[in-house]
Amino acid sequence: MPVLCSGCKEKRAALKRPKTGHSLCKECFFWAFEEEVHRTIVAAKLFKPGETVGIAASGGKDSTVLAHVMKLLNERYSYGLELMLLSVDEGITGYRDDSLETVKRNQQQYELPLKIVSYEELYGWTMDAIVKQVGLKNNCTFCGVFRRQALDRGAIMLKVDKICTGHNADDVAETVLMNVLRGDIARLRRCTAISTVSEGEGVVPRCKPLKYAYEKEIVLYAYFKKLDYFSTECVYSPNAYRGHARTFLKDLESVRPSSIMDVIHSGENLSVRDGVKMPVQGTCNRCGYISSQALCKSCVLLEGLNRGLPKLGIGKHHRLHDKLLSQQPLTEREERKLKSVDF
Amino acid sequence: MCQVEEDYRDGLERVEVPSVSKKCVKCKEASAAVVIRAGDTYCRGCFKEYFIHKFRAMLGKNRIIFPGEKVLLAVSGGPSSCSMLSQVREGLSLNAHKKLRFSPGIIYIDEGGVVGQTVEERRRTVAELQAMFKATGFPFHTVALEQVLDLPSSVVAMAPSPSEQPASNYKEAVGHFLQSTSSSRSTPQDEEQTSLPEVPEAHTHFLQQLIGSAKTLTARQDLLNTLRQHLLVHTARTEGYGKVMLGDNCTRLAVKLLTSITLGRGAQLAQDTGFSDARYGDITLVRPMRDYSAKEIAYYNHMFSVASVFTPSLDTKTTDKASIQRLTESFVTKLQEDFPSTVSTIYRTSEKLQTTCRSSAKAEPSDKCLLCVCALDTAVGECWLENKTIGASVTMRTVELILLSLTTDLKSLLCYSCQLTLKDMVSGGLQRITYRHCSCKLF
Repeated sequence: MPVLCSGCKEKRAALKRPKTGHSLCKECFFWAFEEEVHRTIVAAKLFKPGETVGIAASGGKDSTVLAHVMKLLNERYSYGLELMLLSVDEGITGYRDDSLETVKRNQQQYELPLKIVSYEELYGWTMDAIVKQVGLKNNCTFCGVFRRQALDRGAIMLKVDKICTGHNADDVAETVLMNVLRGDIARLRRCTAISTVSEGEGVVPRCKPLKYAYEKEIVLYAYFKKLDYFSTECVYSPNAYRGHARTFLKDLESVRPSSIMDVIHSGENLSVRDGVKMPVQGTCNRCGYISSQALCKSCVLLEGLNRGLPKLGIGKHHRLHDKLLSQQPLTEREERKLKSVDF
Repeated sequence: MCQVEEDYRDGLERVEVPSVSKKCVKCKEASAAVVIRAGDTYCRGCFKEYFIHKFRAMLGKNRIIFPGEKVLLAVSGGPSSCSMLSQVREGLSLNAHKKLRFSPGIIYIDEGGVVGQTVEERRRTVAELQAMFKATGFPFHTVALEQVLDLPSSVVAMAPSPSEQPASNYKEAVGHFLQSTSSSRSTPQDEEQTSLPEVPEAHTHFLQQLIGSAKTLTARQDLLNTLRQHLLVHTARTEGYGKVMLGDNCTRLAVKLLTSITLGRGAQLAQDTGFSDARYGDITLVRPMRDYSAKEIAYYNHMFSVASVFTPSLDTKTTDKASIQRLTESFVTKLQEDFPSTVSTIYRTSEKLQTTCRSSAKAEPSDKCLLCVCALDTAVGECWLENKTIGASVTMRTVELILLSLTTDLKSLLCYSCQLTLKDMVSGGLQRITYRHCSCKLF
């Protein structure tokens, strides 16, 4: 007895939706998935007609599906947006150069303009060179901080009004869990917001239209629509702390599929007690980027790399900011602390 | 390692492995007997002092327990609550330095019926515990969980709290108490001989059906917690106690925090894991053991012979993935091995959270969840999850549609995570009957 699709009740069911467990045929699934993203965009009022939107594309499944769905919804519901692709080259051989080829193919398939910014041209360092200096433990910090600035700088070069990223429900839930485990109250408050608050110049607001889409559904969508994407794990990521949160979340999903949404719901309803110290937004004294300290994180990290002190930027370093700004040399003890690297 | 704002010590030094031949870090004279954290070695005497001091400091810092007040100690028989019991006993003994000043009572809730224990086993456990309670001299109450079926519906309502008692009044109250008791000697507490009343088998059977109507172990545990809390609060109210002390330790609370997040209880985190929980109005739940890690309690119980009785619960001997609570517990304990500061970081995070309420602190009773009595985190009538999910209307089968209309009223009165528990319960014929009983009790 073939199972009928519970949506249209005519065709045979082709898959079981991970989010709800309903059995659906392909067309009903596509419609449900796209409709959910559309409702997310409309309910959160993410875009205004006439805006230029940059889609952060890495060639992976999330950003490919994002580009596809954004283009589709833009036409179907007449958002009136001008879409562009923006990509970041971190300089990881065997991973990033392959995925960039995918992005270039995407550009042709979706007929969208593309801009690629690279760490090499922005900072003078590729991730391969960074890992050689830093080791395998804290490299994700460097990559993440640099990428954020790279996206913003690329967006300014492209002159877009907003950036949208392919963060999905699993990513947001993992971030909530990770921030609880690390005790990061400041980020805990902000991480479930669907779009960032933007003040001042040099900062382009960014949003997550796929915030309530499960990773499994994104994979299913890409598979059934036969989209062209690149699927390999970053070679440097196995030791990241996020891996623990991810394994936990995957186990939770197998026990109760709605867990991912439950975690996001909890994250949205968390509130911090009054009187807890919170960082205040300012600007970096050296590069003018937004920062809550005297020097922004990427300036500190770059300084550490350039001086051969890889641990500068990992751990407490506010006291050293003034010294760095005024170009004073560090004491020998401080140098020794920052140099030691354990692999 | 991965904490925000963490300071790294100089690497490449030889790490000193603490061994028993080292000296105690506090008194620096006696030889060390126990290692609490890496680098903290204590001798017996200093450890005992440290342990007792933490308990007093916790109570003294928060100034919630007023002198002369009646406090109910919820003892489950496990190491944490038995440790709490022994701390209270020591604190109240006449020769204690700065003795505590409240009158405690003990309550033990017998949950053997839910777990499937035989009547013989239950009687044996209760007898063992009662012997322990008698030795303390405090009045004790033994209550079977089956009694929760007979509770009046007022248990889920929030009763008005007594007049505000700000901190300044605390000092006056202490002074007043000292004056009144300075002349008279404290009378010995009379022991109440409350043996376990005979529980009719039909009640046990019905309770098992109710718990069993939840399809997943997660929902069952959630439901059991709710029922247990209701019974605790009801007993405290009828016996005239103003406060209830729970024996949750730091490790258990860290697990509880993560579990609450995964169950969708983010809005109620501060009440679930904070020091005091005032959601019931007239009864305040207090957690004085929340600063102790499970390891410290285990060491203390072993070194100073504090007895405890093991009672099986719903998730004893189950696999890691049997329920969300079980999974979170194994996750935290495994992570703690690699990153020893995990539990304390989660604990510190919980201290910085507060309750989100959409209305003010003195919320109307209609704004509280029916099952867990916390402020609602979903607008009445709105369904957060279904707004984000297509398919509720598209893919409903006819049988479930009837049930949906029955449950819509109940769903709108529950908070997000209690809605999830209810969802796991309602489907199939038996569940409809139990649902009706449940709703009759609640209405």
